[in-house]
Amino acid sequence: MEENIIIKLSNVNFYYGQSRALTDISMNFCKNKVTALIGPSGCGKSTLLRLLNRMNDLIDDTRVEGEILFEDKNIYASDVDPVEIRRKIGMVFQKPNPFPKTIYNNIAYGPKLTSTNHHDLDALVEQSLKQAVLWDEVKDLLSKSAMNLSGGQQQRLCIARALAMKPDILLMDEPTSALDPISTAKIEELIEELKKSYTIIIVTHNMQQAARISDETAFFYIGNLVEYNKTEKIFTKPDVKHTEDYITGRFG
Amino acid sequence: MDSVQNNSMKWRYFKQTLFFSVVRLSVLIIALALGGILFYIIVNGIGAISWDFITKPPTDSMTKGGIMPAILGTIYLTVGAVAVGLPLGIASAIYLTEYAKQGRVIRLIKVGINCLAGVPSVVFGLFGLGFFVMFMKFGSSILSGSLTLGFLILPTIIGAAEEALKAVPQTFREASLSLGVSKWQTTYRIVLPNALPGILTGSILGIGRAAGETAPIMFTAAAYFTAKLPGSIFDEVMALPYHIYVLATAGTNIEATRPIQFGTVLVLVGVVLGIDLVAIVVRSYMRKNTRW
Repeated sequence: MEENIIIKLSNVNFYYGQSRALTDISMNFCKNKVTALIGPSGCGKSTLLRLLNRMNDLIDDTRVEGEILFEDKNIYASDVDPVEIRRKIGMVFQKPNPFPKTIYNNIAYGPKLTSTNHHDLDALVEQSLKQAVLWDEVKDLLSKSAMNLSGGQQQRLCIARALAMKPDILLMDEPTSALDPISTAKIEELIEELKKSYTIIIVTHNMQQAARISDETAFFYIGNLVEYNKTEKIFTKPDVKHTEDYITGRFG
Repeated sequence: MDSVQNNSMKWRYFKQTLFFSVVRLSVLIIALALGGILFYIIVNGIGAISWDFITKPPTDSMTKGGIMPAILGTIYLTVGAVAVGLPLGIASAIYLTEYAKQGRVIRLIKVGINCLAGVPSVVFGLFGLGFFVMFMKFGSSILSGSLTLGFLILPTIIGAAEEALKAVPQTFREASLSLGVSKWQTTYRIVLPNALPGILTGSILGIGRAAGETAPIMFTAAAYFTAKLPGSIFDEVMALPYHIYVLATAGTNIEATRPIQFGTVLVLVGVVLGIDLVAIVVRSYMRKNTRW
């Protein structure tokens, strides 16, 4: 069990200005598993997700306490370059956000700017799009603008874009909340496929989604980690009454 | 009951019609005023326009001949002003919106820039005279004039660039940074290309102003009369706005040169329009690649 841990949080507190958004969070994320973070709006799950690749650095006047170990190194240590962290920990956002560039250049953008090895870009683009199960739909449109794709295709493009960096971990912040049910099903299938080679941490508002795709589920409430367990357990007989109330829709 | 409702509907409909009429009327007034000015300039100026007028220097103490040196001078000064103002303005805006920690100092700087936009142009002219012409010893020259005009349009360009940078969706920055691309690369590759069309829109206003201002160049660049064309950026030039000013106030024969004055005004309007068109074409070319 121990060697499967890829991220380890110890006593993490997070503040926006004076207000505390996360309280004393300690939890481990396992390699090659899908972990779902659930909870009502404002419970801190997205904040936690964005802590893991230091995206909260972009917000002025925020403060982190505690330790977040990734590969045994605290990613908030002063000698750590957040740019390096983000190369290894990719992110997919709530709203599909492709660049106003061609499909090809959306994928090639990251690798082109961050690696010195450019000669196999074509292969990398193809591989990434295939991984995101988008290749067959766009292989003849690579030089067309990504803005012409449908919402679901754009989101898979964003996943492909993140995969092209060959990250260790993929963070997903409600990746299907802006999509229709068919696109959602495609993304869920994709996540199922991706967990063979990646560690996935996903924030979702959709309880069925968490139950369908995740191995572990963490339930958050007003900045606290209430329960963290096997997904099966959380959705059948959770240890904490509060979790059960939330999952059965008695509040939140 | 029904008639009460009917009446209130009528009243609301009347208010709507009234409001639309007022809005329409104001557009009409603006259009008429602008059209009137243009019409007046064209009617009075078109007679003076000829091939010789735009390709020959003035003759007979500027009462005859063309205005070619002034056209060229204005183009030089405008292009020079843009060459000074645009890079400096964009760079400042990038710092102010993308890099600087928002706080009291930055707010103060922004207020200062806005104040600068309201400073009368003659103040810029005197600053140019004191600093570029005398202190830096550039003399009355294209260089001094371009720098002065560049500073004059700087607040306009910074303002436009700030707005354009802010209009680039935050999600683009996040997407780029989340890939492990550095902040500067994100700014240079994603933010700036998407902001450029907006920056150019604002700059077009600046270009018009640079081409049309008289006060900033009268101490720093403009010659009363010189038939020879500038050989370097350290030479004086004639310029259209100053030429108009000279002909209309201090010419050797103000009444006799009336047609030439109108012709020069028409040419100035044409030159500004021409430079604007170039900017508009460049902008629409850029926009093609940056739709979101």
